[in-house]
Amino acid sequence: MPHIDLKNDLPGARSAFAYSPETAEPIGILAEILMRSDEGLTRSERELIGTYVSYLNDCFYCHHSHGAIACIYLNGDRQLVEQVRKNYQHAAISDKLKALLQIAGKVQQSGKAVTPDDIENAREAGATDKDIHDTVLIAAMFCMMNRYVDGLATTAPTDMSSYPLRAKQIVETGYGSHIYKSAQPASDQT
Amino acid sequence: MAHIKVPEGVPGIRSLVLFRPETGKYLYELVQVLLRGESPLTQPERELIASYVSYLNHCMFCMSSHAAAARCLYGDEKNMVDEVLHDMQHSHVSEKMKTLLHIAGKVQILGKQVSQEDIDEAGKQGANDREIHDTVLIAATFCMFNRYVDGLASFTPEDAEAYAEMGKRMAEKGYVMPQQAT
Repeated sequence: MPHIDLKNDLPGARSAFAYSPETAEPIGILAEILMRSDEGLTRSERELIGTYVSYLNDCFYCHHSHGAIACIYLNGDRQLVEQVRKNYQHAAISDKLKALLQIAGKVQQSGKAVTPDDIENAREAGATDKDIHDTVLIAAMFCMMNRYVDGLATTAPTDMSSYPLRAKQIVETGYGSHIYKSAQPASDQT
Repeated sequence: MAHIKVPEGVPGIRSLVLFRPETGKYLYELVQVLLRGESPLTQPERELIASYVSYLNHCMFCMSSHAAAARCLYGDEKNMVDEVLHDMQHSHVSEKMKTLLHIAGKVQILGKQVSQEDIDEAGKQGANDREIHDTVLIAATFCMFNRYVDGLASFTPEDAEAYAEMGKRMAEKGYVMPQQAT
């Protein structure tokens, strides 16, 4: 049960957003720009960074939600998402993404943990300044969201079949206030 | 030197939002609504939470600038800020603020660290749901800003005077996106 009365039955971040729409609005637009920009990093790379950081922060709702979104962008390759969570060094991803995940993992510990070597390594693998910037900000943003979601003890659905449905909604319509204002996606199979 | 090519001589977050104004605009909007918008917590209380979390994250830039803003906003009670940063539990802030700062400190470690006892204790001291929500979100937001500012090694002034000036601006004008010098 959530630590405070959020006045809705929505899961995870959605319930916190619905409780506080004034703060949800800039967060929603920030997420839309940062997670769905096609410039530099791809959408799947952005979601994999978010999933990985959420996994390191042990945030069940966020790492499953964003893992499901990444999975759609990766044409259903669930195994790759799982590999990135648990052992990205051996995953079938580019050296550039590996170097950026290393930076994201450092940001998860503390901003100061990122070293010039980490940055140099990413540059050598082909990362631009904007790629590095976006990686650091995505990792930092998930350090916020994971704490917001778990710090209020929002509800994480245990029905795992509900995650791909919400993921599909994000992939199709993006981030923003509609995710808590409109009806929650339901299974087509009913 | 910063890890990426940002405008030289511009400190902390300001240099980063000039590098990427598309995201910067909403980072500023978030901090403005969170620290200056409607809340049962006063503006100096919210700045104090921001500074305290930044202190725990060892983020010199955010800790110093938000402490300076909190000192301006506390006015005659400005010593409170340094007391809290030195030893929160023995400071002169209200018992309610102590329980909220305690929750903020738990959020700084990890969201799951916040326990039902922490929430109950804040409730006993008179904190309402909205105050708890705002505390958790301010603490979480500064866990983002601190990582953004230090993760890209942005310029951190060491001169106390520079922060006093920043704090005054933050207290008087709030959070306004910096404009690129032409």
